Amino acid sequence: MIEPLAVLLALPLAGGLALWALGERESAPEINAAFSGMTFLAAAWLTEGVVSSGPVTALREQFFVDALNVFLVALTAFVAFTTSLFSRPYMRIERDKGRMTLSRLRLYHSMYQVFTFTMLLALTTNNLGILWVAMEAATLATVLLVAVYRTPASLEAAWKYFILCGVGIAQALFGTILVYFAAERVLGAEGNALLWTHLDGVKHQLEPAIMSLAFVFLLVGYGTKAGLVPLHNWLPDAHAEGPTPISAVLSGLLLNVALYSVIRCKVLADGALDSHFAGNLMMGFGLLSVVVAAFFLPRQRDIKRMFAYSSIEHMGIITFAFGMAGPIANFAGLLHMTVHSLVKSAIFFAVGHAAQKAGTQVMDDISGLLKVSPRVGWGLMLGTLAILGMPPFGVFASEFLILTTAMREHAWATPILLLALGVAFAAVFGRVQPMVFGDTALPRLAHPPALIPVFVHLGLGLMLGLYIPPYLAAWYAQAARLLG
Amino acid sequence: MSIQLVNLFASALLLLAFAMLSQRRIVRLINLFALQGVALVASTLTMAYATGQSHLYWSAAINGVLKVIVLPWILHRLIRRLNVKWDIETLINIPMMMLVGIVLVVFAFNLALPISQFSQSIARGTLGIALACVLMSFLMMITRSKAVPQVIGFLSMENGLFFAATSATYGMPMVVELGIALDVLVGMVILGVFMFQIREQFDSLDIHHLEKLREE
Repeated sequence: MIEPLAVLLALPLAGGLALWALGERESAPEINAAFSGMTFLAAAWLTEGVVSSGPVTALREQFFVDALNVFLVALTAFVAFTTSLFSRPYMRIERDKGRMTLSRLRLYHSMYQVFTFTMLLALTTNNLGILWVAMEAATLATVLLVAVYRTPASLEAAWKYFILCGVGIAQALFGTILVYFAAERVLGAEGNALLWTHLDGVKHQLEPAIMSLAFVFLLVGYGTKAGLVPLHNWLPDAHAEGPTPISAVLSGLLLNVALYSVIRCKVLADGALDSHFAGNLMMGFGLLSVVVAAFFLPRQRDIKRMFAYSSIEHMGIITFAFGMAGPIANFAGLLHMTVHSLVKSAIFFAVGHAAQKAGTQVMDDISGLLKVSPRVGWGLMLGTLAILGMPPFGVFASEFLILTTAMREHAWATPILLLALGVAFAAVFGRVQPMVFGDTALPRLAHPPALIPVFVHLGLGLMLGLYIPPYLAAWYAQAARLLG
Repeated sequence: MSIQLVNLFASALLLLAFAMLSQRRIVRLINLFALQGVALVASTLTMAYATGQSHLYWSAAINGVLKVIVLPWILHRLIRRLNVKWDIETLINIPMMMLVGIVLVVFAFNLALPISQFSQSIARGTLGIALACVLMSFLMMITRSKAVPQVIGFLSMENGLFFAATSATYGMPMVVELGIALDVLVGMVILGVFMFQIREQFDSLDIHHLEKLREE
């Protein structure tokens, strides 16, 4: 019998190799999209299996899919697929402009698939060590993707990204070593001592002193990858200087996977510590990220940088939500992860085409999008309203849940959160409004832009705000319970 | 006997970390890195012999090949092809670095002390040294302004982490160690390619050129 999990992991890996082997050909974007599409189908197949018959383990428990990661697998495969669709016309236009060549596109497509593979591996592995390896591999794949234009700015961004994330992820490895150290005393020195399912079973016996230190290192390490302040410096540069499809998957997917690693570790730390230490730490980092990002937002001039800061802000909100813990906050955190990922990638799709049209990413030089291409303009406007938490979009629902929980349990944090959200709203909306409306003399794009992904994502974001299908709600609730 | 040997190699590792912190010449930095690899392999072999853990022989072999032969070879080739072999880093204040290094060692020992008492490993006393090596490599990455020393700092940080794993727990599971080794190797190759791109753009490997992106 063929395992859906094996298919899911084999497809992007094969895609990466195939796209490298096939070399420089005109149809590479279509092959890329085809592989991503098949990966998405495999993810849907896996999801269907897990939803109907419960968690699965595979390959002597090395892989493990439960309610928590299966929805992230589905989301990752879906956004990776739509981004590959968006990247087809986007990269063609970049080629016409001379910023991309066929040989760079070969690297780009091959690394895109490898990146998808590493994220899916990080999500489905049961082994905390392999989780680390996959996160590091994701860094390596994206370093090349960020630097693909070979401009001075993109090389600088990629170097900064590598050094900062390399340092960060090394802290996470030390944290993993400490977890293994604590686990070995209980589980013995076999390979099982890093398997999350086994750790989860004995989490109450793990040595609290070791686990608290381990969690600090893990939070700092994976938090660097999730863009938490004060380790966020790489994120705006990497988003602004890399190609836009990469900004979309970095914001929409990689940050989620990094946070997923943090919350898996938090479950273990909570069990060992019997105190709110891990949660308090996460609330602190989360709140700091929200505030700092919100106050950096008004100072941005580059459109992709601005939305990168908005991603930091939202990662902060999600970290804060998981830090509060409890069924409602966890539910809201998971929902926020989903809608942020959908809406933010939609925004980047629209931003990508808008910047291509205007020939610049500087916001002062972009105007009148609605006149020259109404659909890009509306996509950007609706996406911005959605990400700023306007009802009826899903971000409103999750932020509302997070704020009401905060009011009940940590009232002191609510004014800070509200203030930061208000500042962010004023900053982003004030910038986007003149870009969308107003006059312009911009020419049309050479290739028809890919706008279906934008509206599909926004449509899903809207749907999650108005109506969460019962099976999805049950699924979130189950995952939220898992997180305790 | 073997405990003393492990402690000896651990102190060699710490000394080499200090030496790297104060070394200005790139080519010597690479040699120091290779020596650090030798100390690491020697301590792992001693641990393997003393405890009879056969998988430690394997991880010593992997580390020997990777950190004593392959990585230094790639680095030497890289600096020859990039023509930076005799480059000197001028902007480091060595006495200051030594002092900060000492502070880091004290901090690392303080942090490791409460944890290492839980360890049954014969080398538990060296956990502090491992953490100190990690922190000092970290310091090196922050303070160096050239690309190659930053990368060596990154690699030597991985040395410290590996040493932490062997000294606290007799090494991680094999599959994880293989994965980490693969990541380090791939990372090194990618960075090599990357450095050529940086040089092509800036005509130099000085990271000071890479400071254009900042908040205004």
